[in-house]
Amino acid sequence: MSSFWSAWIIVIALGNIFACYWLVRWTTKKRPGEAAQGDVTGHAWDGLQEFNNPLPRWWLWLFYITIVFSLVYLVLFPGLGTFKGYLGWTSQGSQYGAEMDNAAKTFDPIFKKYAAMPIEQVASDADAHGMGQRMFLSYCALCHGSDGKGAKGFPNLADADWLYGGTPDQIKQSIMMGRQGAMPPHPALAGDDLDKVANYVASLSGRTEGVDAAKAEAGKAMYPTLDCVACHGADGKGNQAMGAPNLTDTTWLYGSSLDTIKETISKGRNGKMPAHADFLGADKVHLLAAYVYSLSKK
Amino acid sequence: MSHEVVEKNVGLMAVLMVLAVSMGGLAEIVPLFFMKDTTVPVDGLKPYTALQLEGRDIYLKNGCYNCHSQMIRPFRAETERYGHYSVAGEFVYDHPFQWGSKRTGPDLARVGGRYSDDWHRTHLNNPRDVVPESNMPGFPWMATTVLDGADTAAKMKVMQTLGVPYTDEEIAKGAEEVKGKTEQDALVAYLQNLGTVIKTQR
Repeated sequence: MSSFWSAWIIVIALGNIFACYWLVRWTTKKRPGEAAQGDVTGHAWDGLQEFNNPLPRWWLWLFYITIVFSLVYLVLFPGLGTFKGYLGWTSQGSQYGAEMDNAAKTFDPIFKKYAAMPIEQVASDADAHGMGQRMFLSYCALCHGSDGKGAKGFPNLADADWLYGGTPDQIKQSIMMGRQGAMPPHPALAGDDLDKVANYVASLSGRTEGVDAAKAEAGKAMYPTLDCVACHGADGKGNQAMGAPNLTDTTWLYGSSLDTIKETISKGRNGKMPAHADFLGADKVHLLAAYVYSLSKK
Repeated sequence: MSHEVVEKNVGLMAVLMVLAVSMGGLAEIVPLFFMKDTTVPVDGLKPYTALQLEGRDIYLKNGCYNCHSQMIRPFRAETERYGHYSVAGEFVYDHPFQWGSKRTGPDLARVGGRYSDDWHRTHLNNPRDVVPESNMPGFPWMATTVLDGADTAAKMKVMQTLGVPYTDEEIAKGAEEVKGKTEQDALVAYLQNLGTVIKTQR
């Protein structure tokens, strides 16, 4: 703040306080010719008469107390331009800083204690479970659900099926660095061909209901010639290193209907898990990883 | 002169009243127009792209500010959940800013990058598809309402006059960038950019 604006604020603030004092004094001053205290002033409306009574003492004193309060406040707290006040209070520095320091003193040792323990061990600790659950509800539940069971496009964390692997380290890696799924679109695959491949993909999990066996058979012949094998493998069992789902199980991230499978193949999917290393930090992620790990072990 | 003069002269009283009520603004608001803290953008702050600017208008048009604030206060309870508290320099290109004070839904000041684009689309179409407990209304028409970009350049020009450093070239390309995109595309682009300039651990 420049010294001009600092002076501007000081002049207005102090000027106003002084003006308030002057106003109270001015209006309480006795004037020549005014009625004696307690007498009628001569104002009358419909038989109601105004008496010249002073403001009650307690009320008048409230004005003076307010004026004194404001001066004391301006000495202790920042208010007069660049003057910081004798208490050195700031909202972001002293107040917020003290709040964070207190929290760090209380919670850091707990986080550090768990950070030093392997995730499997943290997962079986009741206190850590509670902490992990509360953080999960704050940071993770919006996509994965408050029960961890996910939603369409957002993986179920409470089952034993994992896109990127379910070991403690892999879970921690997923949370820390995020994951980027990359199922490319296949606009060239359309009509009958798309139908055949979709039927084959649906049949991989052993499903017969709603699956056209002949088309699935034809799709099976096409499958190795397509680029599906690069990620999902020749056997369709997927690849956790790339997050390519296993097509032979009954877990479907985006839905198992033939129409959905076709949509997935022709338009592609780009499931994205945001990275949390920056805004949660390794210690909190460690607890979260343990909580997520425990979800699948129930 | 006694107080009676003021009481019996409406014109004088009006002038004195205006003077009295403007004092607070003169001391608390006017200096902010000239201070570095509030007029200089934080490092790395970029003006909204044409699509983000349109998304911002979708945000205003649908009254998102009625339930969502964009202002994280310096309290631990807020920074743990939302991230670093908001600073004035982040809103230099916002005309008007969307701080708000009503939080029926969560604060959105740092929602950018927190969730995937897919999540935002699903959530905007029907929030309960991803958050069963949500009481936010769905906005499914945004996915099908296509923008023509007719007013984009004009909007950017207004922002330019208000001090947002758009180049004439950017303004000329604005309509092209927006045309054919849906309201949902624009809103998601806007949301994914919110608060991404300041990154700290929460």
